[in-house]
Amino acid sequence: MNETVYVIAFYILAAIVLFSAIGVVVLKNIVHSALLLALTFVGVAGIYVLLNADYLAAVQVMVYAGAIAILIAFGVMLTRRPNMKESNPFNSSAVVGFVVAAGLFGTMAWAILTTTFPLGLTAPTDEISVRGVAKLLLEDYTVSFEAAALLLTVAMAGAIIIAKGAKKA
Amino acid sequence: MLKDYLGIGIFLAVGLVMPLIILAVSALLQKISIRYAKTEGPAKYETYECGIETKGDTWVQFKTSYFLYALVFVVFDVEAIFLFPWAVTFQELGTPAFIKMFIFITILVVGFWHAWKEGALEWK
Repeated sequence: MNETVYVIAFYILAAIVLFSAIGVVVLKNIVHSALLLALTFVGVAGIYVLLNADYLAAVQVMVYAGAIAILIAFGVMLTRRPNMKESNPFNSSAVVGFVVAAGLFGTMAWAILTTTFPLGLTAPTDEISVRGVAKLLLEDYTVSFEAAALLLTVAMAGAIIIAKGAKKA
Repeated sequence: MLKDYLGIGIFLAVGLVMPLIILAVSALLQKISIRYAKTEGPAKYETYECGIETKGDTWVQFKTSYFLYALVFVVFDVEAIFLFPWAVTFQELGTPAFIKMFIFITILVVGFWHAWKEGALEWK
């Protein structure tokens, strides 16, 4: 019973991810593409939940579906196009794109098929849950944790300089 | 684990089904109204917005000032992600974790102060 629910949930989520990802590429209106990209991120978060990686799912929803999707939507809204209905056209390099995509797909398929995945039947450890992450961040890897704060500050300063222009010293 | 996410599952299902129902009801009402009233005219196909006549295109260009807000938002969104595991284990990890998080927030407040000083939060 339990197993069936997981399998059904996985296929529903996989379908959401795949179809919205196809929509991102195929749809003509780039705003619709951006919204479907957010849906793709949410679907991937659902798959993380199925893998018992709750914290990763929360990160995926907050950072990707929340912030990154909004950033992309903003980027689209800020640019002006004559006709929004044809803002995401297939460009002339479709053949090159197909070759690159096929190559990437082939490489990934080859890598997945040649890897033997050990079937771990034990329950996922504490490591990937929120508690495990908190222990690792705040006890074992404090320096990298504080470095992340520094990195965020630098990123914000950089964003402000790019947006407003650097002051003359 | 499964029970915890049942609520989210129901929420997702309702979120997917509800718009379809609303669209179906709208289509149904449209069919009924066509049968009874033969009112035609340009006003019928206008976009309804609180009774005010709509002007221009839907897809307008937004002010670039918004983008800076979005960037600052992304930074603090990532910060919130770091706050989350700390908040969950606050009781267990105690004072050392509190001090570490205090340092973390202090560094980010410096960034926030810089953004404020540079006028990134001012509307132009």
